[in-house]
Amino acid sequence: MVGIVIVAHSRTLAEGVAEVARAMGVGKAVVEAAGGDPDGGLGTSIVAVERAVERAVERASGDDGVLLLADIGSSVLTAEMVVEDAREGTVLLADAPLVEGAIAAASMAAAGADLAAVHAAAEAAWDHRKRS
Amino acid sequence: MIGLTGPAAERWIRRAAELVAADAERLTRLDAAIGDGDHGHNLDRGFAAAVAALPEQAPAGKVLIAAGRALVSKTGGASGPLYGTMLRRAGRHLDDLDDPDAADFGGALHAALDGVRELGQAAEGDKTMVDALAPAVAAYEEALAGGAPLPGCARAAADAAATGADATVPMQARKGRASYLGERSVGHLDPGAASTALVLRALVETLEG
Repeated sequence: MVGIVIVAHSRTLAEGVAEVARAMGVGKAVVEAAGGDPDGGLGTSIVAVERAVERAVERASGDDGVLLLADIGSSVLTAEMVVEDAREGTVLLADAPLVEGAIAAASMAAAGADLAAVHAAAEAAWDHRKRS
Repeated sequence: MIGLTGPAAERWIRRAAELVAADAERLTRLDAAIGDGDHGHNLDRGFAAAVAALPEQAPAGKVLIAAGRALVSKTGGASGPLYGTMLRRAGRHLDDLDDPDAADFGGALHAALDGVRELGQAAEGDKTMVDALAPAVAAYEEALAGGAPLPGCARAAADAAATGADATVPMQARKGRASYLGERSVGHLDPGAASTALVLRALVETLEG
């Protein structure tokens, strides 16, 4: 299964989004959280993101890849660096709204889709308007 | 020709860390005006980690890569990935050269700029560190073409970076937290451009010192 990692400035934000996404992935989706800076404050830690990716790979028990979702600023830049440093094509960053994208990705991952499809589902979340 | 030896690269990172530490409060104050108010503190922490991670008796490329890696790991804000990418790309460009000359280092600076542009998706005029780094690279290359040695090229780059940073004051931010402020971001110096100018000043002080 494709694993998912939520990168956010706050530990509780990342865990909260992961919690909702897991529930929407009907308990099957693997969603790990990486929130906060290296000292436990608000910010981003590349080490925390890399560890979350490792956990996601382990728990998803397979080589299907990992999708990253990030909130803003340094989370996005840090996620980009993790993608750059990973074996090509194994870790992708979604250009997606955090909550909607995480839910879409978890739903698609739980359905057994591959990394490209989970990535596309997350990015298509821009189209899910609150009112239309 | 005198090039950027491993020990010179080490001294550059140490001097940059000193200048950032000395100016941390000013950088944080600049960031508090339009950003999230942590730039000086974050970069100080990052450069301190870079100094702690400096390898012994390594060529300049390896020194910069190690410093970049530490910056990414320990900085905490957007400046970590950006400065980390800057140093890592420059380091990779220099690779294992024992004594990179002024042209080699010019290529490294250009690679650093490309890396920062790519990662931050920022162009000149967006009120970011690119507004200091891009003119610095252009000035370096012009000095190099005019036959200047490494310290002269670095001096041209640092002067252009300082001018470029000052030029961010009237700009409206198009990247980062400051961009949410729209026109209210006008009238403030960009903290990333200011710290970039500082890091290049450290290079000049190292080479001329």
